[in-house]
Amino acid sequence: MNLTFSPEEQAFRAEVCQFLADNLPEDIRERVRLGRHLRADDYLRWQTLLSEQGWLGANWPVEHGGPGWGPVQRHIFDEECAAAHAPTVVPFGVNMVAPVIMKFGTPEQQAYYLPRILDNRDWWCQGYSEPGAGSDLASLNTRAVRDGDHYVVNGQKTWTTLGQHANMLFCLVRTDPVAKKQAGISFLLIDMQTPGITVRPIVTLDGAHEVNEVFLDNVRVPVENRVGEEGQGWTCAKFLLTHERTGIAGLGHAKQALRHLKSLAGHVEHRGRPLLELPSFRQRVVKAELELMALEVTNLRVIAAARGGGAPGAESSLLKVRGSELRQELSELTRRALGPAAVAFFPDFLYRDEPLDAAYAERAAASAQYFNRRKLSIYGGANEIQKGIVAKTILGM
Amino acid sequence: MDFALTDEQRMLEETLTRLVADRVSPEQRRTRLQAPSPGASSLWQTFAELGLLHMPFSEEAGGLGGDGTDLMIILQALGRGLVPEPYLFGLVLPGTLLALTGDDAQRARWLAPLLEGEHQLALGWQETAARYDAQAMTTQARQKEGQWHLSGRKDLVMNLGAAAVTLVTAKLESGKLGLFLVPVATPGVRSFTYQTMDEQPAGDLTLENVTLAQEHCLSEDVESALDETLAIGRAALCAQAIGAMESACDQTLAYLKERKQFGVPLATFQALQHRMVDMHLHLEQSRSMAILAATSLTLANDERDYKVAAAKAYCGESARFIAEQAIQLHGAMGMTNECHVAAYARHLIMFDHYLGDSDYHLEHVSDRLSAA
Repeated sequence: MNLTFSPEEQAFRAEVCQFLADNLPEDIRERVRLGRHLRADDYLRWQTLLSEQGWLGANWPVEHGGPGWGPVQRHIFDEECAAAHAPTVVPFGVNMVAPVIMKFGTPEQQAYYLPRILDNRDWWCQGYSEPGAGSDLASLNTRAVRDGDHYVVNGQKTWTTLGQHANMLFCLVRTDPVAKKQAGISFLLIDMQTPGITVRPIVTLDGAHEVNEVFLDNVRVPVENRVGEEGQGWTCAKFLLTHERTGIAGLGHAKQALRHLKSLAGHVEHRGRPLLELPSFRQRVVKAELELMALEVTNLRVIAAARGGGAPGAESSLLKVRGSELRQELSELTRRALGPAAVAFFPDFLYRDEPLDAAYAERAAASAQYFNRRKLSIYGGANEIQKGIVAKTILGM
Repeated sequence: MDFALTDEQRMLEETLTRLVADRVSPEQRRTRLQAPSPGASSLWQTFAELGLLHMPFSEEAGGLGGDGTDLMIILQALGRGLVPEPYLFGLVLPGTLLALTGDDAQRARWLAPLLEGEHQLALGWQETAARYDAQAMTTQARQKEGQWHLSGRKDLVMNLGAAAVTLVTAKLESGKLGLFLVPVATPGVRSFTYQTMDEQPAGDLTLENVTLAQEHCLSEDVESALDETLAIGRAALCAQAIGAMESACDQTLAYLKERKQFGVPLATFQALQHRMVDMHLHLEQSRSMAILAATSLTLANDERDYKVAAAKAYCGESARFIAEQAIQLHGAMGMTNECHVAAYARHLIMFDHYLGDSDYHLEHVSDRLSAA
């Protein structure tokens, strides 16, 4: 066994770093660094640059316009993007609906939608959760009733991330109310301009508008917008939830957060000495460092298995649980490191375009991010659900 | 980056797994522990025949040149069966230090028979008053007229009773740390042997003006060789603990599936499922750290010691978590000496006390915490 990257992989890392240094716009980099929300245009500018480089569809196969990277390259790419304060690519199109269309879509659907994802013409959002269907996603109630060449969709979706910018929605709907709950679900692609769709913001406890409610009121969706067979939606949904989850630990983000924390706690003073020298604080930083070391090797183990052709199954649940816990701990330590300076809150600076004095700007995001990061152990299958998956599939309980 | 084992390593793993399953059942293990001379077991002879006693030593020292991964495979398998043979403390640790410091004559006299399974050794590096610090020694060695005179004590010398000779560290007049071969029968040497909480043979050594000939001095500056030896030992201990954690998890899972209360298997209760998953998470993260330690042994000293310390600290805490949960999930059964998992719990708790505990290793990491 060895844990070193090959010369080719190291060359790849250098290439990614160079690209980021040459291309990532300074204003976007600064927004990410300070934890300010990105405008739709910021995402689009960055994703257009990636698209032109041929790197937007990082996990796409070459025949669909992907760079043909393996899991190791994707890992390196994610890590360097996080280190450089590049925006996270909005995943709903390129990483979520695209693989489903590739796997289950018709040639017509592939020919139409995939290029539009790759050149950022469509902005996708996700219609999975409902007010009554969270962890128990398969109990969803949004109905789609066939009417000639259309489905008529009625219901409500929620936690739709960045839905306020989206023009397309992929959506799980119930097409058969009688069948066993997973069997009656279909997967629809819905144009957000269709009459009957209303998007309402949900402001989360950090004061941010990231997620939305989406109301569907007699929305007419062409039957040709269904992916897979009627009643096959759950298969698509499950595929999407297990597809390429080697990045799920958020390792690059955790590394960046730890770097930031060490730098911060090395400058902030406690009784005239760096806070990082306060034993009780330092001990927690050391523990986080150890957890990160372990998580990195675990992540590389899962990546190595995926490189060998094995799809990461329940192992990605382990990455998700430990990765989210670590990132939450780092956000907690960053908030604490700021001490009294973590208390002031500047939503106009963070979420709108108001300027702020540099001294305040540097620390403005810490507490908001602490609250925002609580989502990590809830979304994409809450950690309790992940533990249930491990208990069932790995431990056979 | 490669986590795959070579064909030879896979064979080694299979052979050992089978051997441990065949030869170290709970009953066989208990019988072995009661044997008067733990050194001369038939299993040790089998180790010799399989080349296991040559494996961890360089070819230059007469060994097979196994690397950290080989060592990990062996110790993990031994840990899984909680094998009582003192592979780590009677062979790897003293043998490595001897190979690093001994001249040809010393190697021929003490190392060669060790590799052939003809005798075992012990390493006395520790003094209770110094806790886990290998440098803060009260034992002193003074050279007079071509002879060495040692006074002081060494504590928790693992495998002391079965060792043909014990390697002992002592402070020299120069302030450096020296290393000496101390035969038990030397006048002035008193040994007090006992069993550890986790059923391993150990003892304390008292040295009162012990006179040794020059050929018993292995080194007059052993610091670097001792650091390397302890790094190897710590990586090996982590691997052994991984094996024991695996087995403790397997036993606990099997018990949860089999034991019924309220008319259903315990495994159907979500609170217990999640606890079991937490044990599994600790195991897998610790396995990653043990891999990190095993693959760090060839790095530059500072980097090696940093990663090994991180691994030992991490595994120490995980081992405790798994041991405590294993007892808890076995209910009152886990409290009995009869219950097989109890032996694993004892080892997983005591593991932290060998070669530096979590606090000691966390301090090492903390003192060297990188800025980035």
